Amino acid sequence: MLAFAIRRMFQSIIVLLVVGLVAFSMFNFVGDPVDSMLGQERTDADVERVRIQLGLDQPFPVQYYKFLQGAVKGNFGISYRQGRPVSQIIAERLPATLELAFVSAVLAIIFGVALGIFTAIRRNGWAANTIMSLSLIGVSLPTFLIGILLIYIFAVELGWLSSFGRGDVVDLGWWRTGFLTKSGLLAIILPAITLGLYQMTLIMRIVRAEMLEVLRTDYIKFARARGLSKRAVNFGHALKNTMVPVITVTGMQIGSIIAFAIITETVFQWPGVGLLFINAIRFVDIPIMAAYLMLISVMFVSINLIVDLLYFAIDPRLRLDKTKG
Amino acid sequence: MFNKIHDNIFRALNSDFLYSFKHSPVAIVSFIVALTLVLGAVLAPFYAPHNPFDPATLNLMNGFSAPMKPNEFTGETFLLGTDDQGRDVFSTILYGMRISLFVGFAAVTFAMVLGVSLGLIAGYVGGWLDALIMRIADVQLTFPGILVAMLIFGIAKGFTPIDQRDQMAIWVLIIAIGLSEWVQFARVVRGATLVEKNKEYVQAARLNGRRSGGILIGHILPNVLGSVLVIATISLALAIIAEATLSFLGVGAPPTKPSLGTLIRIGQGYLFSGEWWILLFPAVTLLALALSVNLLGDWLRDALNPKLK
Amino acid sequence: MRLKTLTRIALASTIVLSMGIGMANAQTLNWARAGDSITLDPHAQNEGPTTALQHQISEALIVRDMTGKAVPALATEWGPSESDPNVWSFKLREGVKFHDGAEFDSEDVVFSFNRAMSEESNFKELLASVKEVRANGKYGFEIVTDGPNPLMASNLTNLFIMDKDWAEANGATKVQDVEGGEDTFASRNANGTGPYILVSREPDAKTVLRINENYWGIDEFPMEIKEIVYTPIQNQATRVAALLSGDVDFIQDVPVQDLARVGETDGLKVITAPQNRVIFFGMNQGDADLETDNVDGKNPFADLRVRQAVNMAINREAIKKIVMRDQSVPAGMISPPFVNGWTAELDAVPENNVEKAQGLMNDAGYGDGFSIRLNCPNDRYINDEAICQAAVGMLAKIGINVQLEALPKAQHFPLIGGLKTDFYMLGWGVPTYDSEYIFNFLVHTKGEKYGSWNGVRFSDPELDMKIQGLASETDLDKRNQTIADIWAVVQKEQLYIPIHHQVLNWGMSDKVDTIVSPEDTPMFKYFKLGS
Repeated sequence: MLAFAIRRMFQSIIVLLVVGLVAFSMFNFVGDPVDSMLGQERTDADVERVRIQLGLDQPFPVQYYKFLQGAVKGNFGISYRQGRPVSQIIAERLPATLELAFVSAVLAIIFGVALGIFTAIRRNGWAANTIMSLSLIGVSLPTFLIGILLIYIFAVELGWLSSFGRGDVVDLGWWRTGFLTKSGLLAIILPAITLGLYQMTLIMRIVRAEMLEVLRTDYIKFARARGLSKRAVNFGHALKNTMVPVITVTGMQIGSIIAFAIITETVFQWPGVGLLFINAIRFVDIPIMAAYLMLISVMFVSINLIVDLLYFAIDPRLRLDKTKG
Repeated sequence: MFNKIHDNIFRALNSDFLYSFKHSPVAIVSFIVALTLVLGAVLAPFYAPHNPFDPATLNLMNGFSAPMKPNEFTGETFLLGTDDQGRDVFSTILYGMRISLFVGFAAVTFAMVLGVSLGLIAGYVGGWLDALIMRIADVQLTFPGILVAMLIFGIAKGFTPIDQRDQMAIWVLIIAIGLSEWVQFARVVRGATLVEKNKEYVQAARLNGRRSGGILIGHILPNVLGSVLVIATISLALAIIAEATLSFLGVGAPPTKPSLGTLIRIGQGYLFSGEWWILLFPAVTLLALALSVNLLGDWLRDALNPKLK
Repeated sequence: MRLKTLTRIALASTIVLSMGIGMANAQTLNWARAGDSITLDPHAQNEGPTTALQHQISEALIVRDMTGKAVPALATEWGPSESDPNVWSFKLREGVKFHDGAEFDSEDVVFSFNRAMSEESNFKELLASVKEVRANGKYGFEIVTDGPNPLMASNLTNLFIMDKDWAEANGATKVQDVEGGEDTFASRNANGTGPYILVSREPDAKTVLRINENYWGIDEFPMEIKEIVYTPIQNQATRVAALLSGDVDFIQDVPVQDLARVGETDGLKVITAPQNRVIFFGMNQGDADLETDNVDGKNPFADLRVRQAVNMAINREAIKKIVMRDQSVPAGMISPPFVNGWTAELDAVPENNVEKAQGLMNDAGYGDGFSIRLNCPNDRYINDEAICQAAVGMLAKIGINVQLEALPKAQHFPLIGGLKTDFYMLGWGVPTYDSEYIFNFLVHTKGEKYGSWNGVRFSDPELDMKIQGLASETDLDKRNQTIADIWAVVQKEQLYIPIHHQVLNWGMSDKVDTIVSPEDTPMFKYFKLGS
């Protein structure tokens, strides 16, 4: 077990280094930060001076080495655009994205599981079939379009919900939350639906498929034969057995949610790290881009590692297999 | 004519499959819609009223014509109206769909070739190579496609000469979307290979000193064909949506040769101003295309996995 | 620990509730535009949204009011000294206080000017001719130039004054240096003399300002807005939606296609005015051969007839009608109408004549056309990408096959500065309201100090001498004659292809009463609020 864990962690670090290299090399191509930093009145001498200041005149490996050196200490340098430490900016923005991701995930799980059970139990009913077909519409339209349509209907035409931003936030010192104000809660509804729709469909389909599978097993047939009520069978036995794959998939989808938050945050002007990243691309703010990519790589790789270790702990068959190879 | 095509395709498949298709109205409708759209796009140069990709034929004054209403300056009438550049929306959708479909099919083909080969190698060779491939697959699975695409786009731009960037954008889309979809194929094929590898006929071939790789491929591929087909169909829908999303973020098809996604990006700017046709028609086309492909994939999965029926 | 957190939350929510009541106040203005201010350091960035926010918090000696006229702010009188034409003297306003209560005097002005002239400053080019600045008593200030500079005053309208003691106490004496990093207090905090005080700021998310009750001009200006909440919203559709749904009261950049919708919505209105910015194309006419065309060994743009053909092929009227929805003024010269040197004759819209253009192409030996790449920004000017696309269609009609490359501004502008494009779009604003500014950057041969935006590779040493001479020419009639001479060359040589002057569209709630500033800089102290 220990050997396996150590080996997997070692692999993860290599993955991070590679991702870091790829990410960092990308920045040499997204544009020249100097021009977006200097205004209309800049002279060519200014351009040269700032390039040297930023260390952009140094060869690429040197730049990457310097970046890694800082990254290990959690120091990603100073944002070119805001002139503040990147770690500080990200720490400020992360709560917005995490709150959005959290609400989307909760919505996706609640509705996904509920609809999944419903469509499995009423397998051939018209309502279930309609839901199944409708759910495909959700995944057949691009996220940005759904977001804009939701704004158009609920903010502009009906005027029920706010069209952008987080509303009023409360600063708890270490976390700025939108959960404690009315406007904050109203503001999160549309972006959370937009972001969670795809995951909801996915969870619904997995729950349905798993339920159908489980409902066919002898174990359920036996439970029915014992005379347990339909309700008890469906919820007490069948559902319980479908939860493992649902939890796994949801875990794996956290990465997706954070990444797709880029689009949702752009459409709703949600002040999270996704919007920060898109803005960084526009202004060629290399330290921010690098830090963001490293942050989500760490997040993805850790999720992967945890899932793997959990499997390893749960399933003894894997233990034999893996240690051999 | 359609019946004949159906027959030719399905004679090769077993009759259960055909039976299931004939008794699924959803599958039939989806198939017809998807086929119509694909043929409509492929044959567009033969019947589309305009070629929107030829700038010399455009007249800017035709811009923003409403569907079926004569333009106030030029008097020309367009079936589905025109966009901001005076392009006929109907023709632009057809030509745009060609790009979307080309990107979709090419990306899925790329993902399939990559995934199936890597899956075979991983399963057959095993050992550290297997570990390496599957580790990459794990990481790939958690790393979302749009991020991969943006990374590749950033890198590719640095290496492409300036006058080839238009074409580059299309290939980058294909590679990026392909790279984010190959894992599913690889996993299925690897699993099947592991099962097959230890069967007697392969062992026998090995003992006789014959190269067993060819035999393996011959036996495994038919077994995984169904799963690969299902994954490919669903991937196609995902690829079309991914193309649209990337175009929205500005890392997609160029505006002078718009894909469906680029058209929707252009059209969403006119949602509030009353020029609804620029957004609505491409969006409905995209929806019809992705939905029908998704429904087909859904049906395929059920049909090929009778356990769930 | 847990209890502590709970109390904190409870406390915080009470604050929010009380804030909520304050926010409902009708005197709050919710202001949005596409981009945020980049920094609060007043000398680090010379860029529209950055100076627009700074103008609410800080002041310059002289500012432009909502009509674009230079009016007194921290200086009450100014002019070239009678004894020495190389010295400008200013009389400073007395009794002005910074937001932290410190008194304003000549010491702060000298400090701020020296800061603005330091190497990291983004404003030093505007003060390039300044040799020395010095105090003349507590409320007097003098600028010594290295030659007479008749237009000194118009260079100063974005040059904000900081409090010397505040800057020293907070380690902000140097202009924000991006690489240095530690010294960034001034980029996050502001202490000006202006009508509004910074309350809080989250870059790219939200900035809150409240009225400065001790402002020197509190009785002189309307000052009806008591609180300003500023939010950047990049996505066009979202920005318009925010205005339509009443989430914001004032947006500075209504997309042209949404003007009608906003104007027709109850409780909203749109006001428009010509902006101090002209949009044009540049063509590399200086190099012997081009990288981005398909003609070997020759440069088609080096031929004046080709440049004239391009000029003639562009249908400015169609661009105005369709792409800009009548929200532009077609242009014949690359100077906005506000600028000294602009004339209606020079700005007359060039003829659009495809046959004649084709004839010129034939004469030049390019009857069969050629292909060329056009570089265009896609997030800088109003409908920039759509204009370029329209130009692609128009040039195709005279056989020029254009490949359009539309890029975000961060990638587009380096191509011009680095001479990596042969055909490009650029927009130009003239904050000094004088042609010299245009010539310095766009016409003079590219070099260390001049011509940094001359991407057309035009070079004429004789013209360069004339341009350099403008700075110290005190005889205004003679100076204006030189300006006219230079414009004649620019027009004759078809240095650039002017497209149009941009028009500003401000969308706002009915209750807001203002005019549009040609600088696109709202000065909220002038705004009135109806009921």
